[in-house]
Amino acid sequence: MTIPEFKKHWTSLGIGMVWLFILLWPLLGIKPEGLEVASTFNVWWRIALGCSFLLFLYQLNKAGAFKFISRPAGAVAGSMKSATSMVPMAVWFVIGIACTALIPQFAGRYAQDVAINCMIYVCLGLGLNIVVGLAGMLDLGYIAFYGIGAYTYALLSVQFQLSFWICLPISAGMAGLGAWLIGYCSMRMRGDYLAIVTLGFAEICRMVLNNWMSLTNGPNGVTGIKAPGLYWFDFTNGMTLEHIWLKKLSLIYYVILILVVFTIIAVYRLQHSRIGRAWEAIREDETAAEVMGVPTFYMKLLAYCSGACFGGMAGAFYAARMRFVSPESFTFLESAMVLSMVVLGGMGSIPGVILGALALIALPEIFREFELYRMLVFGGVMTLMMLFRPQGMLPSKRTMRSGKD
Amino acid sequence: MEYFLQQLINGITLGSVYALIALGYTMVYGIIQLINFAHGEFFAAGGYVGVIFMSYLLSQGAPAWVCLSGSLILAMAYCAMLAVAVEKVAYKPLRNSSRLSVLLSALGMSIFLQNGLMLTQGVYDKAYPTELTQGGFEMGNVMLSYMQLFIVSLTAFLLVALNVLVFKTRIGKAMRSTAQDKVMSALVGINANRTISITFAIGAALAAAAGIMVGLYYGSVRYDMGFVPGIKAFAAAVLGGIGNITGAMIGGFIIGMVEIFAAGYISGEYKDVFAFVILIAVLYFRPSGIMGENVDDTRV
Amino acid sequence: MSEPILELRDIKAGYGSIKALKGINIKVYEGEIVSIIGANGAGKSTTLMTICNIVQATSGDIFYKGERINNIVSDKLPKMGLCQVPEGRRIFPRLTIEENLDMGAFFRNDKEIEDDKERVFGMFPILRERCKQAGGTLSGGEQQMLAIGRALMSRPKVLLLDEPSLGLAPLIVKQIFSIIKEINSLGTTIILVEQNAKVALSMANRGYVLETGNVVMEDEAKALLNNPDIQKAYLGE
Repeated sequence: MTIPEFKKHWTSLGIGMVWLFILLWPLLGIKPEGLEVASTFNVWWRIALGCSFLLFLYQLNKAGAFKFISRPAGAVAGSMKSATSMVPMAVWFVIGIACTALIPQFAGRYAQDVAINCMIYVCLGLGLNIVVGLAGMLDLGYIAFYGIGAYTYALLSVQFQLSFWICLPISAGMAGLGAWLIGYCSMRMRGDYLAIVTLGFAEICRMVLNNWMSLTNGPNGVTGIKAPGLYWFDFTNGMTLEHIWLKKLSLIYYVILILVVFTIIAVYRLQHSRIGRAWEAIREDETAAEVMGVPTFYMKLLAYCSGACFGGMAGAFYAARMRFVSPESFTFLESAMVLSMVVLGGMGSIPGVILGALALIALPEIFREFELYRMLVFGGVMTLMMLFRPQGMLPSKRTMRSGKD
Repeated sequence: MEYFLQQLINGITLGSVYALIALGYTMVYGIIQLINFAHGEFFAAGGYVGVIFMSYLLSQGAPAWVCLSGSLILAMAYCAMLAVAVEKVAYKPLRNSSRLSVLLSALGMSIFLQNGLMLTQGVYDKAYPTELTQGGFEMGNVMLSYMQLFIVSLTAFLLVALNVLVFKTRIGKAMRSTAQDKVMSALVGINANRTISITFAIGAALAAAAGIMVGLYYGSVRYDMGFVPGIKAFAAAVLGGIGNITGAMIGGFIIGMVEIFAAGYISGEYKDVFAFVILIAVLYFRPSGIMGENVDDTRV
Repeated sequence: MSEPILELRDIKAGYGSIKALKGINIKVYEGEIVSIIGANGAGKSTTLMTICNIVQATSGDIFYKGERINNIVSDKLPKMGLCQVPEGRRIFPRLTIEENLDMGAFFRNDKEIEDDKERVFGMFPILRERCKQAGGTLSGGEQQMLAIGRALMSRPKVLLLDEPSLGLAPLIVKQIFSIIKEINSLGTTIILVEQNAKVALSMANRGYVLETGNVVMEDEAKALLNNPDIQKAYLGE
């Protein structure tokens, strides 16, 4: 490391810290009562110290002071990788499912709750992964289909007392239909235009849900939704089939687990089919795909609709599990959340998306005590992740290489 | 007729605000093809810093015009600095990576800034001093308040100033050429990074002015007030043809008018829906927007 | 001969893991036309981009007028007299032709900009006729003229030209090359990167042949033209 480089880093840190102080001061230290510096300084010196420390570590690392850690660590990581790659993916999949299936036997209510939440987002993430990761279309309004699914089941259950299992495909179908309608008029657009149109549609959906008082009861939401029911053997007097409501948390846990397994298998099969290849071709170069005979319009529409179907299914489950839905659960922030799962985990890779969902739902739960700072940290981490590992945690092999566009 | 006139005045007022925010989106998009989600937060931060300085100056006994212009200038400077910082930290290192990562980085910044505002300024509305801009002209039943006059004339001034800056000065020329070809601009001697920073600063300063206007107009600001106007302003930018400055102004006024007239004549609850319906209709029939040139839409 | 005005010493550069240049040495003396020829992907354009620091050299030194310019950011180079007309012309499509020319003189502040513009218009009369039109509306040949004109506006000492004949009709190519010759005769050193090896070598003083990131041959241009290997590989004879 050269001296000028060293100097450059520390000067830019210095400028940055002065800059930060100026930015913090109005928000913390200027009040009608007068000007104050102490309260700003109090926050500022912690940040400044943290940044200096990090830069110090960075310089040490560049100078090679951590070689004694990073070299063995790299070797261990390498051997781990070669060891894990010997076991086929399917085995990992089965082990993962088995472990997940055992959770309700050990964990408490709270942990099960978090796990259910996680799995809902896994479904959503995998659905959006089809649209964003495979077909390469930026969708900022994915949550609308989650909302459509949830409201479909909620209304059918409350108004017509239909069972969850009948409504599940209906919800998926309704979400798919909604996607077809939206997609039909927006699939010709590309890139950011598509993003903003999907965002617009999602906002319209939410506002309609919010304002159509006679159907959806507006912001108050729909209550009295039935939990999923099931015929199960009852052994109390002989062996009879009894209808039971899956209200217990550990029972409903298995419902979502089945949905997740179904989604994973379905997405895997889709990805490795002819259609999946067509999607990936569209992602890489739409024009080239079109001239090679891929019907891009219908393929994109199909990607959009099938993604939406999984969202609708997750929505139906969400309604059945909460037994209450309101438009507030389907805001843009949720869309952003699902999108960040897909991107943070690694676009186009199923294990990546699952990991992304775990990281974004489970980790914040662990830091529940810092409730106030949770979203602040979430935003910061999202930016940091993009700065240091833009390809995601577990990138798929194919998308890994595409550095630029 | 009087009702129509009144709505027209209100529509122009609201449109001014959207136009100012939309300009920031369109300029940033034009130069680095990024939907800057944090832009709505610059707008909110502008509103907050405006009210902070305004109350401070007022409590020090400064006259009204000093309070208004002082807080306006300070808030614009503050947001320009904030935007430059955000750009340097969150966008500049990602210049060469995929557009989705920059977009997510912007989203992260938006959430971060919004919550930062909430943590430092509290969850509740912060009231603007109301005594500065009371009264107005009355013509029959049509009311033109001084506030509206202030908002519209300030917007007009800023728009003219921006046009001069972009189309008549060296900086403007550098901005336009950097937007068209960054490598080539460097080859003729333009510092692309500095130009991009300047663009962010100008956009954010305009958003800050809009933030103060909204604060004055509605009487208060809130930490999450950036999101909805931000989305609508982006819709306005797309409507006008993204990357096109004149288009963003026109788009902003259209969205503002549509919102006010839809609320006044059709339905107040669905007023936000109409803005999006117009947007989608325009994009469907004329995908490059009203003023849009042939944008290169092949890049995702 | 005296000191070279531009010298590349053992330059290595690449994009990510791809090594485009594997240690090349090039010397350019004042007042020369040096042409660099080679097949697709030989590293010709990368060489020029590395000189302008758009692509960072991973090792080696670039000297311009005796000064090491590896770490000088690209936007400072035009002011030092090093100017490039990149591949594909890259004019600013939504600026008018006049504004495009003004961009070439962006860093200049002197009174003679207008005179230089007149000079360029004199060289390319077609540009004067269309000076209020947007750059994107020009045809390929006119765009090439505009790109060269824009580069001249910065009064370059060394002009780097990347495939000025790309995609142009033979007649226009002839015209462009005669202008390049004229520019050179007015005292500008020229580095010419070309696929069209015959034309390039016939007007150059010296030539370099690049192959997969290495200089495989360097000689007087005439000697290269008469070299049987070159004739076979690049001149199609």
